Amino acid sequence: MDTPDDLRYSSDHEWVRVEGGTARMGITDYAQDALGDVVFVQLPSAGAAVTAGSSISEVESTKSVSEVYAPVTGTVVEVNDELADQPQHLNEDPYGDGWICVIELADRGEVDRLLDAEGYRKLVDD
Amino acid sequence: MFELSSPGRRSWSFRSTDLPEWDAAELVPAGHLADEPVPLPELSERDLVAHHTRLTHRQYSVDLGAYPLGSCTMKYNPKLADAAAAMPGLASVHPMAPAQLTQGWLELLVELGLALGEVTGMDAVTLQPPAGAAGELTGLLIMRAHHAAERPDRPPTKVVIPDSAHGTNPASVTLAGYSVVTVPSDDRGCVDVAALRAVLDDDVAGIMLTNPNTLGLFEEDIAEIAGAVHDVGGLLYYDGANLNAILGVTRPGDMGFDIVHLNLHKTFAVPHGGGGPGAGPVAVTERLARYLPGPVPVRDADGSYRWTTPSRSIGRVHGWHGNALALARAYAYVLASGGDGLRRVAEAAVLNANWLRQRLRDHYDVPFDRPCMHEFVVSAAGLRRRHGVKAIDVAKRLLDEGFHAPTVAFPLIVEEALMIEPTETESPQTLAALGEALVRIAAEAPSEDPGAPRNTPVGRVDEVRAARRLIPTYDARPRA
Repeated sequence: MDTPDDLRYSSDHEWVRVEGGTARMGITDYAQDALGDVVFVQLPSAGAAVTAGSSISEVESTKSVSEVYAPVTGTVVEVNDELADQPQHLNEDPYGDGWICVIELADRGEVDRLLDAEGYRKLVDD
Repeated sequence: MFELSSPGRRSWSFRSTDLPEWDAAELVPAGHLADEPVPLPELSERDLVAHHTRLTHRQYSVDLGAYPLGSCTMKYNPKLADAAAAMPGLASVHPMAPAQLTQGWLELLVELGLALGEVTGMDAVTLQPPAGAAGELTGLLIMRAHHAAERPDRPPTKVVIPDSAHGTNPASVTLAGYSVVTVPSDDRGCVDVAALRAVLDDDVAGIMLTNPNTLGLFEEDIAEIAGAVHDVGGLLYYDGANLNAILGVTRPGDMGFDIVHLNLHKTFAVPHGGGGPGAGPVAVTERLARYLPGPVPVRDADGSYRWTTPSRSIGRVHGWHGNALALARAYAYVLASGGDGLRRVAEAAVLNANWLRQRLRDHYDVPFDRPCMHEFVVSAAGLRRRHGVKAIDVAKRLLDEGFHAPTVAFPLIVEEALMIEPTETESPQTLAALGEALVRIAAEAPSEDPGAPRNTPVGRVDEVRAARRLIPTYDARPRA
């Protein structure tokens, strides 16, 4: 199970990478493994205001449909449109090509309240 | 059939008659006429019958062997029910025939309603809904009508559903205009009552439960749950998908439920799964009877029958009188079984499930290791960690052993779930063979064949590619 040390994590299995005043996000390696082969990703809209904990996307695998929650509050400024045709990026490269969107942070401090890699590993192990 | 098509070939040719011939263009307005004939396959009856007979030989069905597809109750349907439904007096009646000419049909429907009321502990029944999910929506619309009448100023907006629920439940709730509130299961696999109490308020219209739940476990706190939901003015909806487990033993009405749907195609000898149509009657308590879809058949004091519409009916939910011949099958099954026979159905279903659960518990992970009702859930999580063998791989291997697969990846709260419902109609020998096959598959996991199934007419299909590149029409098939 890959859990990069330089990322922050939500208890709903999303990751966040802070890039200046924005945060790039996706689902974790653990999440993609649990979901199985992803066949469809419903992407959020650029410009949408999102609240931490609210649903922003849906990921459909051969097993189930799962909601993806915004790990932070802010505005969606960029969306990974490639996932529409290449949903397998979520399985193959969850922390790279499988990113879902970039959110402009309403509150920089909010990221610090997410789990660090060690905290997330502990959550998953339990 | 398109591949077998040959231009000009026909299954029927009409004898020439002395009736005048009409040109379609004279009868149909020009705007509605097609420019070219519809490209239908052209086959002789002989080719057509050979084609379909060939397909039936490639099928696996409940008539061939065990079909332990959890939550679906794929039990054998006695042919007696088919014979009853095929009687010309039932099968050849037009649905518009007036009540005075169809008294026998109405009597059958009234008597079936009474029997289903007795089985569920309810007071009134609609036989219209054509399937389980249609029954769910009907029940929720009755719930809505009740709250609109009782609390017109501020009707509730939410329905509570446990996280182990059938997927149709949240879909039906949404379709009925309610929002879904999910409650978690506790470590025994049942509704977490404390978590339920925490979400209950006067904005809750009701709760949807199936009991036993999808883990095959009986919700032992059902009386407390019913009290808590009723205390906030909510109603209890019973998803009858798992009714096979409790027939003649206990009743949703006695547990405190207000609305129940039944899947006659699971529990009452109606063909199921592509062989439909099904039937999803809804039964309610006395205070909700006035909201039932109409018309409903009633018996008058003089012994005659007629159609009537309840005073505050939510309206029709199906054309005509529901899937009437499915209802005839169910009535035949009820009469042939009798009350004691229906109870034996539940007893044997529960016994078979527990026998098989015991057979498998040392070979698969068992997330909730206690006596089950009509079905149980094991997990392939350990097989996956140790050998990379997933629940779907176990299911595919079982096809090679000559059985239908169990339900996989459901309920969602169990990792690599295999949901197994042997039903009451399988013999001890069949159960032993099924158990033996599943034990062997687990033992062979270290050298798992990723290409299984190999003995079936169609091998391992690429489900991922099929879902990612959906081609829903014949015309869009890639050409060679």
